[in-house]
Amino acid sequence: MSGSKDGEVVEVGAGGRVTLTWLDRVRANRRLRTFVAAFLPVSWVTALLLFPYLFLLAHSFFRLRDGQLTHELTLANYQRLFGTSLYPTTILFSAGIAARVTIVSLCLAYPLAYLLAFKVRKHKNLLYMAVIIPLWVSYLVRAYAWKIILGQEGVLNGLLRSLGIIDQPLTFLLYSKWAVMLALIHIYTPFTLMPIYAVLEAIPKALKEASQDLYASRWQTFRHVVLPLSLPGVIAGSTFAFVLSMGDFIAPVLLGGNDSALMVSNLVVSLFGVAYNWPLGAAVSVVMLVLTLTLLWLANRLERAMNYGGQPGRGAEGQKEQLARQLPQGVA
Amino acid sequence: MTTSLLDLRHVSKRFGEFVAVDDLSMAVAPGEFLTFLGASGSGKTTTLRMIAGFELPTSGEILMEGAPITQLPPFKRDINTVFQHYALFPHMSVRENVGYGLRMRKVPAAERARRVTEALDMVQMGHLEARAPRQLSGGQQQRVALARALINRPRVLLLDEPLGALDLKLRKEMQLELKHLNRQLGLTFIYVTHDQEEALTMSDRIALMRNGRIEQLSAPQEMYDRPVTRYVADFIGESNLLRATVRGVEGGEVVLGIGPATVRAVSARPWAAGAEAWLAVRPEYLRPAAPGESGNRLDGTARESVFTGSITRQYVTMPDGSSVVFHLPAGTTPPAAGSSLTLTWPVERGICVGE
Repeated sequence: MSGSKDGEVVEVGAGGRVTLTWLDRVRANRRLRTFVAAFLPVSWVTALLLFPYLFLLAHSFFRLRDGQLTHELTLANYQRLFGTSLYPTTILFSAGIAARVTIVSLCLAYPLAYLLAFKVRKHKNLLYMAVIIPLWVSYLVRAYAWKIILGQEGVLNGLLRSLGIIDQPLTFLLYSKWAVMLALIHIYTPFTLMPIYAVLEAIPKALKEASQDLYASRWQTFRHVVLPLSLPGVIAGSTFAFVLSMGDFIAPVLLGGNDSALMVSNLVVSLFGVAYNWPLGAAVSVVMLVLTLTLLWLANRLERAMNYGGQPGRGAEGQKEQLARQLPQGVA
Repeated sequence: MTTSLLDLRHVSKRFGEFVAVDDLSMAVAPGEFLTFLGASGSGKTTTLRMIAGFELPTSGEILMEGAPITQLPPFKRDINTVFQHYALFPHMSVRENVGYGLRMRKVPAAERARRVTEALDMVQMGHLEARAPRQLSGGQQQRVALARALINRPRVLLLDEPLGALDLKLRKEMQLELKHLNRQLGLTFIYVTHDQEEALTMSDRIALMRNGRIEQLSAPQEMYDRPVTRYVADFIGESNLLRATVRGVEGGEVVLGIGPATVRAVSARPWAAGAEAWLAVRPEYLRPAAPGESGNRLDGTARESVFTGSITRQYVTMPDGSSVVFHLPAGTTPPAAGSSLTLTWPVERGICVGE
């Protein structure tokens, strides 16, 4: 049928006739098909993700002269960034917060995911939804909720006072790094849970049975079979919690008080805003972006090394890749 | 039954309303190759899982050498399982998989290494010990699963349709190999399959299951030659089944009326005159009767014949409309379609069975 034109009538078989349309021609051509399918998403990503990052990168090499942005190229921003202890310290402090958030989230998410995957029989989907539904509530609302709970006239102080445990409201609850961590743990635990749950769910029941059949107790079965097979999910979940909470700036603003100045994302916000130092802000963002991408790359490598080609891990791999694409936006 | 290794006593398993295993009692002798054969949902896998300890019976008791093991968790039973889809640990090498049971039992490393090598050699997988399970073919995974179970020298080896995923040639090979291992090691094998040919090939005894009960428990040859019910006659091999009425019992033979004709058959159970029954005859025992030949005779009309190589299958319609098939020996000219035909068969090859 090569060389046939649109609308051309082609003889087929016993006197039957078929009219070729342009759509048939697109379908028949593999390259054309790929192009048509990829055009929209590729232009979307280019316009809204790739270009902004290139602008950001370019700005980090621009010079600020008398408070005015010039297009002179310089390494001064990076020199200043690494020359003073302020920026590295802030990045490390944020990483410390993120690490603690990650560890606590894991400790909460893993047992819950385990229970959901293996122990709960009735209302399993309902319970899983109960974990996921908070994600439908706006992030801001959830962060504000902690303000209401922890505030001087807040729910917690009110409760403690009515119980007679305290006379004066506790002021250290709100506006500290602890409040920030609490909120971040609350917000990112579901993100940690999802990949772990997906991986646990995918572990064939027969593997646990085979382990028990081979004289492993329940604990040994967990230790030697379930835990190793769930590590890809643990890595994916930890990456979410770490990267997302490291890049977070809303919780620190709302709940961090003076401590919020110690978070790198808030530093970036003020560099772009109050300080009107876009080049330096861009440089910090680029450093953060590189750090984050390195982390994601490492996590991906680790996960791949632990993905044994069976069903386990495939769930987390898919979910992680899906969400990983959204992550850098949250950081930069 | 003091000589039995494993005893199932009135074992039942219910899942909600569904009765998977219904008051099952049987004994397994040491060294025996016993097969649970049945269609899906007949309760064969559930029975195996109760013996392994993965399911708790709703009622009844399981004993091993006289001691109750009903409540014992799987990891405390001297029983190992070869799973349907092998269930090899994907994050461990072949060697680690095979050594897992010994490791969990805290067998010293040196002895463990020696026994793993031995077990891998036994299934001819020594050269692939460093591979991951996903790098193995189905047949190779099967061997590893077998080695992983056998290395522990269990009292009973359970096999849950282990050959289901293999191609025909490999399956035949593995059937012989399993039978060989059973003899060589003197281990008790309990095998689950829905493949009657597999069951006939390997088993010392077959327990044919239906609706959670054992329909017949006997050696393969006996099950083939002397089915006790219509279901067994139909499930094992090929049977011609004809509706019959019991006319009476004479000298150990059952006299059956099939339409106007009267034939004689044998049966494993007592019959009373007037009972409804089935006559079961294998296709290989039916043949056209010579004129004037005495014995069992049934008239029919020849229909098409199908050449299958070593034999020719000849179809015959009986007066009541039912269809019968028999094997024409090679080199015989089939009767013309539509021609009348009288069939005969040895009395001891006609089995009178109930539903």
